[in-house]
Amino acid sequence: MDALVKFYQTGTFTVGNRLLAPRQRTVQANTERTNSLNSGHRACQGCGEALGARYAIDAAMNATQGQMIAANATGCLEVFSTPYPETSWQIPWIHSLFGNVAAVATGIAAAMRVKGRENVRVVAQGGDGGTTDIGFGCLSGMFERNDDVLYICYDNEAYMNTGVQRSSATPAAARTATTPALGPHPGNTFGQGKNLPRIAMAHEIPYVATATVADLHDLERKVRTAMAIRGARYIHILVPCPLGWGSASNDTIRLARLAQESGLFPVFEAMFGEVSQVSKIRRRVPVEEYLKPQRRFAHLFGKEPDLATIARLQAGADRNILRYGLLEPME
Amino acid sequence: MLEQCEGSHAVAVAVAMCRPEVICAYPISPQTHIVEGLGEMVKDGSLEPCEFINVESEFAAMSVAIGASAAGARAYTATASQGLLFMAEAVYNASGLGLPIVMTVANRAIGAPINIWNDHTDSMTMRDAGWIQLFAESNQAALDLHIQAFRIAEELSLPVMVCMDGFILTHAFERVDLPEQAQVDRFLPPYAPRQVLDPNEPVSIGAMVGPEAFTEVRYLAHAKQLQALELMPLVAQEFRQVFGRDAGGLISSYRSDDADTIVIALGSVLGTIKDTVDDLRDAGHRIGAIGITSFRPFPIAALRSALSQAQRVVVVEKCFAVGIGGIVSRDVRMALRDRPQPVLAVVAGLGGRAITKRSLQRLFLDAMADKLESLTFLDLDWSIVNRVLEREKNQRRSGPVAEGVLRDVGSVASRIG
Amino acid sequence: MFEVRIHGRGGQGVVTGAEMLSVAAFLGGKHAQAFPSFGSERTGAPVVAFCRIADSPIRLREPIMAPDALIIQDPTLLHQVDVFSGLKPDGYILINTAKTFEALGLSDFVKGFRPERLLTVPATELALKHVGRPLPNAALLGAFAALGGLITIDAVCSAIESRFDGVVARGNVAAAAEAYRIVLEQEHLAEIHHA
Repeated sequence: MDALVKFYQTGTFTVGNRLLAPRQRTVQANTERTNSLNSGHRACQGCGEALGARYAIDAAMNATQGQMIAANATGCLEVFSTPYPETSWQIPWIHSLFGNVAAVATGIAAAMRVKGRENVRVVAQGGDGGTTDIGFGCLSGMFERNDDVLYICYDNEAYMNTGVQRSSATPAAARTATTPALGPHPGNTFGQGKNLPRIAMAHEIPYVATATVADLHDLERKVRTAMAIRGARYIHILVPCPLGWGSASNDTIRLARLAQESGLFPVFEAMFGEVSQVSKIRRRVPVEEYLKPQRRFAHLFGKEPDLATIARLQAGADRNILRYGLLEPME
Repeated sequence: MLEQCEGSHAVAVAVAMCRPEVICAYPISPQTHIVEGLGEMVKDGSLEPCEFINVESEFAAMSVAIGASAAGARAYTATASQGLLFMAEAVYNASGLGLPIVMTVANRAIGAPINIWNDHTDSMTMRDAGWIQLFAESNQAALDLHIQAFRIAEELSLPVMVCMDGFILTHAFERVDLPEQAQVDRFLPPYAPRQVLDPNEPVSIGAMVGPEAFTEVRYLAHAKQLQALELMPLVAQEFRQVFGRDAGGLISSYRSDDADTIVIALGSVLGTIKDTVDDLRDAGHRIGAIGITSFRPFPIAALRSALSQAQRVVVVEKCFAVGIGGIVSRDVRMALRDRPQPVLAVVAGLGGRAITKRSLQRLFLDAMADKLESLTFLDLDWSIVNRVLEREKNQRRSGPVAEGVLRDVGSVASRIG
Repeated sequence: MFEVRIHGRGGQGVVTGAEMLSVAAFLGGKHAQAFPSFGSERTGAPVVAFCRIADSPIRLREPIMAPDALIIQDPTLLHQVDVFSGLKPDGYILINTAKTFEALGLSDFVKGFRPERLLTVPATELALKHVGRPLPNAALLGAFAALGGLITIDAVCSAIESRFDGVVARGNVAAAAEAYRIVLEQEHLAEIHHA
């Protein structure tokens, strides 16, 4: 029987890997996985970044037969994974500074090349702060040179490790320590945002993708695809942060899914600057369903909901849906 | 082999012979010719295997060097002035991580006001960062020190910066003796790292260290520099055996054994000082000079020994610490803290102002007549300074300081010195 | 020690000229130090370059304030910059011009100097003739070799060849050789005039 069966994960999500042929299962499903970010790290309960990093790096290790080196920017991931004198990393790993991980990775890749060990691949990882703000210059330089580095940004939409301050990735209206829910325009301002995936595309690098921790198969596939390509590659992963977002620690994956299904976080791939694939929204949700479980948006709700602001956020989601063609056309 | 060439070229040739594997740099006057020279050698294949990377900032340059060095490659970069400051965070990171990167600093002043000419302010801003700092007196010394730098850095797992006066050395054509590749290979073995990123033996580099261990980790950096004090003279000795000439070491001394007055300085000004010393010696004065080659680690014991018989010490330095005074002179004074000899600080040559034999002669004569203050700014034009201070006293909107001074000084283009 | 100061404008090869002069001296077995008065790259601005030549290693690092010889690549500087500052009483002046010292308005000024050491050479014209570009530095070096003793014309030609390739090198060498002949002729005439 060769009919294509689509499995939809609903409710308890118990339908999944066990019904797939072994070679179609995820890396995570395999007890032989590297567990590159081993247990014992100090991340918060429900940390999306810890999940995303383990997913991504295990997939990368699998794709490279264990021949990879990782560089890490300062931030939550670096801090909770290497509390002296312990380390969770099972792979060669270096942390240098906050703003230079793309350049450090460039240096590692150059060293591998000069030593004739180009089979050893390089991954740079950083949070949204280290990527879109302080690390932007080095990232752009790495892109422009098309250095053979996969850069993974774990986006939890603020500077979490230092106490939830806004970054240029913080969404409009979100409350952070530096965009408090006060005054006539509570939360972060409505600017034009700083869309790193689109900026990466503007550099016309071989591969750009967005992903979330809600779709493991998709994330692993994208890492695998990236590892089969030489040159500068960028993957932007949405990783909810229960602490910073004010969400329940068991809501991390659900919120990531809602971000994608509302249209607020488009999931797609692009090659050399052109969108090549999008993850269609199967079950569209209004933005409220995504915003309500997060206390960073609490000021929009309550006795007198801020309908105007919610409408503006909805308009942003609508724009993404249109722009990327995220909905199947109506039959 | 003897050659008449630009200092930058000599350094590029010497660095190339050290077989660097990753070179990365961002352009800034006056280091550009060094990096351009190396870039050409990589491009035309005469330096290989080597990756030459054009980076987007000095911060990126040092960061690329960090990644490359941590992955086991011999890494080199060069900068000056503003660029050194721009990479400051990475400079501290490199020494904190113990990576044996070698960097040329083509010494240049730091703005504001922007100034492209030579002084030592830039290197001095990084004197506490944990790098070994070597100063070259001539282009021969510059090329020799780079060869020694790789050796010292890799033996200690500590980065080394070789400081050479911007323009005065980098852009001067003079005679140098370029070594043979075989000599350099004999002197400098391939890089064998103490720590390396390798999938076959994974390690984590760059962990966070808290109060319980930070002091010990930082002390170890200091301990390594103290080891350098022992190592560098030995490296210099070996250098002499292989290359047949003296270079490196901690200090150098010129006619100072029986000197009553000893002048201390770093870098190319030592040449002019030596000429002045000769003239004064001819006139019967007992004066000598000491050059500090290794500024970090600071050669306390060597200086104490060399200065033991001197009646007075004059430190001529191309830098100063705003709000307090000299920098080098304070370190010298600290080395001699239990001795009665006066240590006189002379700040000279800031922003490329020429230090002339005539001015030095007058200065040394004043010193020997005990007429010198403890802090002197050589050839400072007090009338300009006083005019500015007066203007500021009289009007609130006194305008940008630098432009006002330049107006007073008159047209610059027609001046020679 | 013999100290030479070269005046010109950015883009005229003043710095290259000083460097080639130092190479010529080196080829003659001497120590030489050449360096520019440093500025940002800017075509047309006044530029000064220096060259010291000696039989022993040169340690001195200061601008040349009392030159033994002046080479003036661009006569438009004569009344704009104090090019003669510090020139020693029996110093040499070599000016790139087809005019005479008189025509340049310098006759009063040069009264105190030795007339056989005041030389002109139309270096720009020679450069245009042999190289096709108005870069007078190589020709001026050829002229300088004729001042005798310090560097030979052969060393100048080798220095030029070490710096340039092919047609440009040959052209510059030819310009230098002709300049050398012109100045030798001038000196010869000056000696006759004096005798």
